[in-house]
Amino acid sequence: MADPAHSVAKLDGVKKSFGAVHALDGVDFSVRSGECIGLVGHNGAGKSTLMSILAGTGSPDEGLIAINGAPQAAWTIQRARALGLRCVFQELSLCPNLSVAENTRVSHAALNGWGGARRAADLIRTSLDEIFPGHGISPQDIVGDLAIGQRQMVEVARAFTVTDDPLHLVILDEPTSSLDAQTARQLLAHVRRAVAKGISCILISHILGEIIETSDRVVVMRDGMVVADAAAKGLTRETLVAAMGGAHLRDKTVRSDHKDAQPLVVAVPGTIGLQARRGEIIGLAGLAGHGQTRMLMQVFDAAGRQGGVVQVSSAVALVAGDRQTDGIFPLWSIAKNISVRSLGALRRGVFISAEAEAAMAVDWREKIGIRTDDLNNNILSLSGGNQQKALFARALGSDAQIILMDDPMRGVDVGTKLDVYDLIRAEAQRGRTFLWYTTETEELDNCDRVYVFRNGQIVAALDHSELTEERILQSSFAEGAA
Amino acid sequence: MSDLAAKTARAPRNTGRLLRTMLPALSMTLILLGIAWLNPRAISYFGFSLMLNLAIPIALATVAQMFVITINELDLSIGTFVGFVGCVTATWLHDAPLVGVLVLVAAIGVYAGLGALIHLRNLPSIVVTLGMSFVWQGLAILILPKPGGSAPEWLTGFMGIKTPFVPFPIIAAVVIALVVHFALMRSAYGAVLRGAGGNQQAIGRAGWSLLKTKVIMFALTGTFGVISGMALIGITTSADANIGNGYTLLSIAGVILGGGEFVGGRVSPIGAVIGALTLALAASPLLTFMNIPPDWQVAANGVILITVLAARALIGRKGG
Amino acid sequence: MRMTKLFATPWIWSFIGAVAVWLAAVIFTGGHGAGGMITAALSLAVFTVIVGLGQMFVITLGPGNVDLSLPANIGLASAVAMKTMDGNDGMIAVGLLAALACGAVIGLANYALIRLLRIPPIIATLSSSFIILSTDIHYGRGLQIKPPQGFADFANVQILGIPILGLFGVALAVLAWVALQKMVYGRSVLAIGQNMRAAKLAGIPVERVRLLTYTLSGALGGINGALLAGYFRGASVDIGNEYLLSSIAVVVIGGTSVAGGKANVPGIWGASLFLVLLLTMLNTFGVSAGLRLLLTGLIIVGVITAAGGHKAGR
Repeated sequence: MADPAHSVAKLDGVKKSFGAVHALDGVDFSVRSGECIGLVGHNGAGKSTLMSILAGTGSPDEGLIAINGAPQAAWTIQRARALGLRCVFQELSLCPNLSVAENTRVSHAALNGWGGARRAADLIRTSLDEIFPGHGISPQDIVGDLAIGQRQMVEVARAFTVTDDPLHLVILDEPTSSLDAQTARQLLAHVRRAVAKGISCILISHILGEIIETSDRVVVMRDGMVVADAAAKGLTRETLVAAMGGAHLRDKTVRSDHKDAQPLVVAVPGTIGLQARRGEIIGLAGLAGHGQTRMLMQVFDAAGRQGGVVQVSSAVALVAGDRQTDGIFPLWSIAKNISVRSLGALRRGVFISAEAEAAMAVDWREKIGIRTDDLNNNILSLSGGNQQKALFARALGSDAQIILMDDPMRGVDVGTKLDVYDLIRAEAQRGRTFLWYTTETEELDNCDRVYVFRNGQIVAALDHSELTEERILQSSFAEGAA
Repeated sequence: MSDLAAKTARAPRNTGRLLRTMLPALSMTLILLGIAWLNPRAISYFGFSLMLNLAIPIALATVAQMFVITINELDLSIGTFVGFVGCVTATWLHDAPLVGVLVLVAAIGVYAGLGALIHLRNLPSIVVTLGMSFVWQGLAILILPKPGGSAPEWLTGFMGIKTPFVPFPIIAAVVIALVVHFALMRSAYGAVLRGAGGNQQAIGRAGWSLLKTKVIMFALTGTFGVISGMALIGITTSADANIGNGYTLLSIAGVILGGGEFVGGRVSPIGAVIGALTLALAASPLLTFMNIPPDWQVAANGVILITVLAARALIGRKGG
Repeated sequence: MRMTKLFATPWIWSFIGAVAVWLAAVIFTGGHGAGGMITAALSLAVFTVIVGLGQMFVITLGPGNVDLSLPANIGLASAVAMKTMDGNDGMIAVGLLAALACGAVIGLANYALIRLLRIPPIIATLSSSFIILSTDIHYGRGLQIKPPQGFADFANVQILGIPILGLFGVALAVLAWVALQKMVYGRSVLAIGQNMRAAKLAGIPVERVRLLTYTLSGALGGINGALLAGYFRGASVDIGNEYLLSSIAVVVIGGTSVAGGKANVPGIWGASLFLVLLLTMLNTFGVSAGLRLLLTGLIIVGVITAAGGHKAGR
């Protein structure tokens, strides 16, 4: 079992910020040999950032990393691997064009020589057989042809293969998210077996039952800090949920009643349907990646189409959350980034009116408070928060009556957030409808109604009056919807 | 997943994959059947020797193109490069072999250098190889302003070997396909090279040098380009600067026909060789036998490409 | 301060290159024919400008977008134009229209291949080029059709020493520039090239814009074919061959980003002039064809190396 003297990995006072956001605010974290640590927390708690630093993919602004007691100066993935750390992250690190055996071979330099192909195949087959009996995966299968669950199995099995490099610690980030119940059980059973053999595991999961059953110790994070660190025995889901909470919802403001008109958006992804009326602010909550973005995209695609699972009866505009991939046009000015959704409206005859475009930019700089002296500067000259404001201006300045927001405040500073909340509420008063996916519980306070998502379904519909953080957390972590 | 469930889930995927792998062979069989039906005498030792005469250089150029396509790049200069090699072969390699060898080795070095340049400066290979196509073309014209030169005897002798039972071009094609297949698809480093095309980040994180993969692949393209040029001159016995110009488009078509994909690192050396042979057969022999007027014979390449890609798209939609 | 801003604009460099090359040629000839060089350059460059503009719009759509069917397109269009005009001055307009329509249809067909069969643009335009080539060989069989006298003369007309073709090319460039800067279409192309997903999410009809762009490139190829036939007094299958490489080259040298999202219209003119004057200069020096090609290639490689590629991490 756990050897109290032997510390496999130790992080001391780790701090990491991304711009204005403190992802990690002084975290101490240690793993001993032969123990399984469960790492839990709500969105934005800092779990992924912490693990990326431990794995060597990210570097801390402050803090120390010690492996087997020895402090590490230059910490890289290669070094981590050489010292016995492996990770299974959610973005798969398999080459889809190679077979399962080949993917194993390229990750072990020792398999390079003659006969390496057979040894690689044997190695991965043994590992798969050991962890997932009855898996039905052949080492010759091409990874790209496998289902996502099978790819996950291969990733996990590969992480447990050993040739030259030692194996001391395996980080598993949401490993069961794409596995079915039986396979997930097999994986967790293997974790216990590995731990008994002296290998340590860090298990990140939102399935609290799994965490409590499989871990020796549970670490709870919130807002970039460790708020609880206790033996798993004796913990219950309720105590964990309570430990994760802490956001304060403001006093309930009086909301106007919009139950008059026909709903503008109707979607029925499961037993509980979603409806949004004119002037309503609808929140989409739950753990990140549980179907909220997909819902928004379905609404986006359904606008202007008749019938279907999702019905939308007005023009929509989207505020992207992932600025780089979904929102920003990096070669353009701030003004051009704002106007791009409204090009039709800015036309005078055949041409886009330069005056109208400039006026729109100036108008919105006022309204939403973009901090810049020249709207013709490149968009990237703005701070992250101000870039996000420009994306808001783009959507709000358009003719769309329905505004979709894909977790747009992630990583944005408090000042910007408050400015934007005020603007959203004002626009809603004027009759605009908002569908707002957010991973920050406090923001839900602005909403008339909140739908909590879990595993792609809506599991709860909470009116503003029923909105408490506990209810949201409970629904987010509810089990039985697997 | 239970064994049965996994196996049945894989079944439609496997049929799709099977169809895709068989597509090149199927296409070639169809074309052979067409030829056999139209002109049975063509299916003979003599017939094949004649029809597949120029197939070897095309197959080598196709394999050359395949290497860079594996790592998500493209070589638009392979055609003029083959022409350049041809000119060198018919002049220096014949008159002053040592100089000829040095020049050809240096040319491969240039290809390797391009790979490094493209990686380090993050350049689009389309534009770089486009520029290089001018360079090779210009050098070829400088070496041989007018068609001429003569191939070294050992080369013409080798390319003219009369092998018993099976025509030399077919044997050569099989050898090329098998050698490259084993090197790229079975070796450890071959998996790394292909992996670099499938998930560059994963290969880099596993500790392999991505610079090296690019350099090696480009060097391989250069090497096979050299062999292709030499083979071509071995057959034609003399050279001219434009002799290889059609090879660029043909080589790309051959790789795609052979089941290769532009991105993702999915290529098949055997498929590429088959694709090249198919194009060689369809290019002239089949169409002549079909009495398709020569005007329309050029279109054949385009039609074949489109048909095969359409078939692939359809299979893809069914669940491949 | 204003001077440095002038030199910072990317397109200025191709013009500077053009001037430098012209000066070198003029110095070599001792001032002889300096004006003639410019006049000839203004005419010849137009043919590259026309297809360069089309290629520019396609390339600006984003990486992977390129039109390789241009040479075949130009060849076919030249034949279509000549056959339709049939030596008859009255049919000039119809002939031009026919060539333009032919090119537009090719562009549409290219897009259909790309969209319906999900073939990458390189392969799609490559495949269609084979088919177009055959069509041209068949259609333009042997007959050396000459342009109507009026058309051939027109193509060689000069106004105040400036070739009318040159003016046409400038007008086209101005139109392209206006479309890019001031029209929704141009703005859409630039958006798609920078970030296709963001463009879609910002409400831009991505597929419709791509369709228009490929059709435009085809149409410009068609016009080019007709004009080439007029200028060189006859259609031929090979008349468009050099324009594949040169259309892409002027896009690159002219400062348009090959990663998409940034287009440079004046640069197309500057680069076209540069290439034509480079050719003139090298001819003046008595440089052989081989050396000329070699230098052109090295310049292209040099320019793209200096410009660098898009930042990784997409």
